[in-house]
Amino acid sequence: MMKVTVKLFATLRHNRFKVAEHEYSAAPTILAVAEELGIPREEMALAMVNGVLVSVEQVLQNGDTLSIFPPIGGG
Amino acid sequence: MVSLSEFLLSRLEGEMISWQVQQEAASRYKQTIGQIEEEILSAGFLPARYQRNRKTISAAEQLTLFRSRVTVIGCGGLGGYVLEELARLGVGQLVAVDHDVFEEHNLNRQLLATMSTLGRFKAEVAAERIASINPSVELVPIKEVFSRENSERLLAGSQVVVDCLDTIGTRLLLSSVCGELAIPLVHGAICGWFGQVATQFPGEDTLGKLYLRCTEDRGMEKIYGNPSFTPAAVASLQTAEVCKILLGRGSLLRKRVLYLNLLAMEMDELQL
Repeated sequence: MMKVTVKLFATLRHNRFKVAEHEYSAAPTILAVAEELGIPREEMALAMVNGVLVSVEQVLQNGDTLSIFPPIGGG
Repeated sequence: MVSLSEFLLSRLEGEMISWQVQQEAASRYKQTIGQIEEEILSAGFLPARYQRNRKTISAAEQLTLFRSRVTVIGCGGLGGYVLEELARLGVGQLVAVDHDVFEEHNLNRQLLATMSTLGRFKAEVAAERIASINPSVELVPIKEVFSRENSERLLAGSQVVVDCLDTIGTRLLLSSVCGELAIPLVHGAICGWFGQVATQFPGEDTLGKLYLRCTEDRGMEKIYGNPSFTPAAVASLQTAEVCKILLGRGSLLRKRVLYLNLLAMEMDELQL
C-alpha cells in the first residue's frame, strides 16, 4: 500500500475536501486520482507534487503530496 | 510676473502645494494641471493630494510614478479598481482598453458600473472617473478589442501592462505580446471566492504555465461568477505589483503565483 496526501484548492473543495490522505495498492497517475475524485479534466488547471508543477500523467510515489488547482480566468 | 518656480515656492505649505494653488498656477502660467504637477514634483515638493503617500512613497518616487505609463487591458471588475488605484497613486499616464459597454450584470462588482453608466463604453466611463479623481492623470480610452494587430500600438511606451481580461485566449495573446515587446505584465484573475495574481517579466512564461491545460476560454467563473469583493482584492494586489515595478522596490510575484481563497481566508504561493 502507498499513501498520497491530496490537497484541493478553490472550487474543487465544493462537495469534496480541503486535504485528505488516500491509500492506493498500486502507484496511480494524477489523472487517475482526479478521476477517482470526480474532477473533470477541464477543472484541473494545475497539478503540483510536493510543491513542483508537474504533468498530470505523472505517476505518484508513496508519501507524495498532490495539490490540484482549477482554472481561474475571470476579470 | 514672477517665475513659476518662484510662484510655487511662495505658496508652499510645509513641503506641499495645495490643489487650489496648483490650479491657480495652471491658469496663470497657461500650463496643464499635469505640467504643474511635474514642476512641483521636480522641485522636490508634493501636491497636497499625495500627503498621505509621502512616508511610503517619496517625492522623487512620486515623480517617477507621474512620469510612468501603464496600460490596463480590460475595464471591468479588475480593471475598474486597478485604474482607480493607479490614478489615486499618481501614475501620470494610463491607457484603458475595453471595447465593451456596461450592462446590468456588471453592477454587482464593477466599480465603474452605475445606474447612469449602463449602456456606456467602459473605457470612456473610466476616463471620466479618473478625470474626476485626479486631473493630473492623462487617461487614454481605447474602445477596441485587444488583438495582435493593435497590440503594439496600444502597448507602446508602457512600463507595465496589467492583465484585467476575462478570456484565457486573450490573456495568453497579451502575455506573448508583452514578451515580444519586453514589457512586464501583472496578471490577475478571479472566480467566485477565489483569485490569482502573478507578475511575468519578459522571458518568463508564467501565464503559459498557468493555462497550459486550458482548452476552454473561461475558467470556473463561468459557473461561479464573481461577487463584489474578489475583484477589489485581486486588483489591489495587482496595483501593488505595478507600483513596485515602477519604483524598483520590494519583492515581486515573479515565477510564482499567489492563489487567494477568500472563503477560507488562505493565501497560497505556488512556485512556477
